[in-house]
Amino acid sequence: MRDVAVVGFAQRQMAEFDGSPTCVELLVPILAECYEQTGFTRKDIGFWCSGSSDYLAGRSFSFVSAVDAIGVLPPVNESHVEMDAAWALYEAWIKIQTGEVDTALVYGFGKSSAGVLRRTLALQLDPYTMTPLWPDTVSLAGLQARAGIDAGLWDERAMAEVANRSLTDAEKNEYAIRKGGSSVDELLARPMYADPLRKHDCAPVTDGAAAIVIAADDRAYDAVERPAWISGFAHNADALQLGGRDLTRSPSAARAGEAAGGAGVEVAELHAPFSHQELILRGELGLGDDVRINPSGGALTSNPMFTSGLNRIGEAARRVWDGSSDRVLGHATSGPALQQNLVCVMGAEK
Amino acid sequence: MARTLQAPVTVAFDYTRSTGPVLGRFFSGLRDGVVVGGRTSSGEVLVPPPEYDPDTHAETTDFVEVAPAGTVTAWSWCPEPVAGQPLDRPFAWAQVRLDGADGTLLHALDVPSPDDVETGMRVQVRWADERTGTITDIACFEPAAELDEVEDGATGEGRARPRPRHEAATEQSRPGETTADPITGIITPVELDYLYAASPEESAFYRGLAEGRIVGQRCPACHKVYVPPRSACPVDGVATTDEVELGHTGTVTTFCIVNVPFLGQKITPPYVSAYVLLDGADIAFLHLILDIPAEEVRMGMRVEAVWKPREEWGTTIENISHFRPTGEPDADFETYRHHL
Amino acid sequence: MSKQPAAVIGVGQTHHRAKREDVSMAGLCREAVDRALADAGMGFDDIDAIVVGKAPDLFEGVMMPELFLAEALGAAGKPLLRVHTAGSVGGSTAIVASSLVQAGVHRRVLTLAFEKQSESNAMWALSVPVPFNMPVHAGAGGYFAPHVRSYIRRSEAPTHIGAIVAAKDRQNALKNPYAHLRNPDTTVESVLASQMLWDPIADEDTSRSADSPAWIHGTVMRSEPTTAAERDQVNPQAGREAAAALWTQAGITDPLNEIDAAEIYVPFSWFEPMWLENLGFTPEGEGWKLTESGGTALDGVLPVNCSGGVLSSNPIGASGMLRFAEAALQVRGRAGEHQVDGARRALGHAYGGGSQFFAMWVVGAEPPAN
Repeated sequence: MRDVAVVGFAQRQMAEFDGSPTCVELLVPILAECYEQTGFTRKDIGFWCSGSSDYLAGRSFSFVSAVDAIGVLPPVNESHVEMDAAWALYEAWIKIQTGEVDTALVYGFGKSSAGVLRRTLALQLDPYTMTPLWPDTVSLAGLQARAGIDAGLWDERAMAEVANRSLTDAEKNEYAIRKGGSSVDELLARPMYADPLRKHDCAPVTDGAAAIVIAADDRAYDAVERPAWISGFAHNADALQLGGRDLTRSPSAARAGEAAGGAGVEVAELHAPFSHQELILRGELGLGDDVRINPSGGALTSNPMFTSGLNRIGEAARRVWDGSSDRVLGHATSGPALQQNLVCVMGAEK
Repeated sequence: MARTLQAPVTVAFDYTRSTGPVLGRFFSGLRDGVVVGGRTSSGEVLVPPPEYDPDTHAETTDFVEVAPAGTVTAWSWCPEPVAGQPLDRPFAWAQVRLDGADGTLLHALDVPSPDDVETGMRVQVRWADERTGTITDIACFEPAAELDEVEDGATGEGRARPRPRHEAATEQSRPGETTADPITGIITPVELDYLYAASPEESAFYRGLAEGRIVGQRCPACHKVYVPPRSACPVDGVATTDEVELGHTGTVTTFCIVNVPFLGQKITPPYVSAYVLLDGADIAFLHLILDIPAEEVRMGMRVEAVWKPREEWGTTIENISHFRPTGEPDADFETYRHHL
Repeated sequence: MSKQPAAVIGVGQTHHRAKREDVSMAGLCREAVDRALADAGMGFDDIDAIVVGKAPDLFEGVMMPELFLAEALGAAGKPLLRVHTAGSVGGSTAIVASSLVQAGVHRRVLTLAFEKQSESNAMWALSVPVPFNMPVHAGAGGYFAPHVRSYIRRSEAPTHIGAIVAAKDRQNALKNPYAHLRNPDTTVESVLASQMLWDPIADEDTSRSADSPAWIHGTVMRSEPTTAAERDQVNPQAGREAAAALWTQAGITDPLNEIDAAEIYVPFSWFEPMWLENLGFTPEGEGWKLTESGGTALDGVLPVNCSGGVLSSNPIGASGMLRFAEAALQVRGRAGEHQVDGARRALGHAYGGGSQFFAMWVVGAEPPAN
């Protein structure tokens, strides 16, 4: 396998983006920031890949206009997945592994506020037996939280601890849209929202975009002094059927973590839009109490759809660049109740 | 700077879904007032039946009738129901293990507050008044009646009779066995409301149109003029920052005559949809050509914008009702050939 | 690092019809998947990863359908990807799947592209009005017809060329048991007589909406903008550059004579001469002459779309993959009645968006030289 590193990362998030759902005007400064960080120009990029969703935007082919942000004459080698951009990063990593290119720029974008996200995501379910009931993501996550509470695997206090830590950490994250920790007791004193979830247990609806640059071998050193070398990159899916699987577990997260080889990480950025999901992921990925989880504040403080997973990888990579950590992990999830998961392990060593 | 222009858009369609044999069996059962599950190769009964076995991947053929009553295994509260959900007042979502099944079914549970629901409680199906063979034939679940309540008839029509528990074992049902024509298709309406926002550049363009002006933008790198403006110059990937006001005359580069009607069409065919390259612009945009028989429209024809009456103007390119021939000689092919 | 060699070892497709009312979405996919697995002599447990390609979710009204289909596709417990690159998606999906093998990450990958357009209406899904804009948009045909007109003008091609292509592809479809449109009465005359839907594209010039190893010698994808001042919509730069890069990868210097069969994405008949030029089979402006001379017929120097092509079956998201698959069938000698005798190298081609996304591959009966 070739040595490939994450060498650039830029992000923007807001509660409501005042602009078109194609997000082109949001992407232009983000790409500019990537060029500034790495010293690359668009001519240095061998492959482009993006992640987004037509249904988020409410239009077919909504990703097509986004290539305007790149500047694609002369034409470029480019692809797109209808998934979180973390999976676009995977496709780009594979492209570099084939030897066809040495660098790639991956971007994600989404304007969740264009529609009613809770309704839109009901279309992600079985169209015959579930979508006609329009189950919303918060309710489905609530079922999962309840299952764990009933089984004694966690309680509302453990969930509040996750939320409080995240909100506190987010105070240092200029991009997070929800911030301000208090105390576990104070959070527990707040009213229930979607029992057993309180509002702070659920990620905020967020618009945003982000981009990551990866480079192979010595190209990585052209961009950054201390590249975040990818030592493992894997993803896996479970069946969607909520009635047939144990919602307190996420076997696909365990498989992805095992395939990516995350033992010994010091920092883990986990894509957990609901507080109890962090508890599930910690278990499935075998992360002990000594692992620092979501120093960025995580998805609970900012969750731009189709970019949030990519952001976890970028935030983890930053901890390698700034020298504060030697081995980190970024995780992304897709589908209801942690159905599909991706793990990217990076470190200071090749 | 003013906010970008916004307008509502509804994306709606009644999707016609053919069900195939497995889901068809499930929906036929619902229409007939029974709940049908499928037994997997490992012996588990799942409701709804999975189309394919989780382990062998073979199509499910072993159908099992389960009771219309069961136990809540997990629940969450829905305080602000959204459109389309089974109830329009707050309710609980529940996973229900029906008697005779191993897997759970997801549905709504009609209880007045979170205090009235708990894991392990007994619930039963509330059937819809009219059943058509869809998941909504189960209107929702409700707390199970005690056995001695059933005879009183205190409940409304369509209320399921809960089975006495010792009877709620599996009843083997041969595949395809149903009282009427099997269900082969369902209709699932999907309607989503969006607020569409134009980009800042597009908003400036539309606001210009509201004043009777056509304003494009020039890319600072390649100096090409885009009208309507893109959010970034697609060649250079930079914001197009310089406004350029354009005249209202131009050339038809190419066009087609639309004869075909279709769902959602706004203009009645036949009509000429043409690319108009305004004088001074570097890209052409699509608009309507009128005031000339369709078969006389040709590439290179010189045209001018015809505006609607001022009182009908909004922030839209529809302020220009159409383009019509100016009567000038056609533009030379060379002047527009590289815009094709 | 060089690529691991990869090959197509199993192909399966459904019977493409305007409406498949006998199956659910999972059932439709499984028909093709089961056939491909049988063709490869494998079962689900042999598959390491699954890559799904599909055009806009609005066609079936399901967001990210690979999620609910995961179990039916045997993807539970496996890596699953979903590609969406507009009309070229069937092609780009096959390319992503092949790169998983070429990168040495997986050994056996199942890739699937599908569309169940009968769940909705393709024209509606393609023409949802955008606020503030002029609603002249009339589906795909309305988009491409003006550019066909430009080609006819630039190349000075006679106006019956489209009809020759339509008649040829429809006649070829009679030799393809899976094809959707199998009308033995399609002749040049009947096409010219058919109603103009988006003048200059006539009814018979269009497709209808619908549902051994071959070694991979080269794969290329290229994209360009939808609207740009220097765009050539008739002979797009991205297509030209993709083809040039593909021939180089595959070691081909004379495509017209070295390619034995070409499956190219022709949803409107006039795109055959246009793509012949764009791909470098003929000089610019002369593609129509090859068509007119019969050079692209089953017995010609460059048989094009022996399967009947997109004109005979167009499940939109799958059409690109069908082109790639039919190219593979040709070099495996498995194309049945529409087999080109002795085909050793074939081209699969797909495009999407406003003629802006291109995906193509060359497959051969022998392993690649490098």
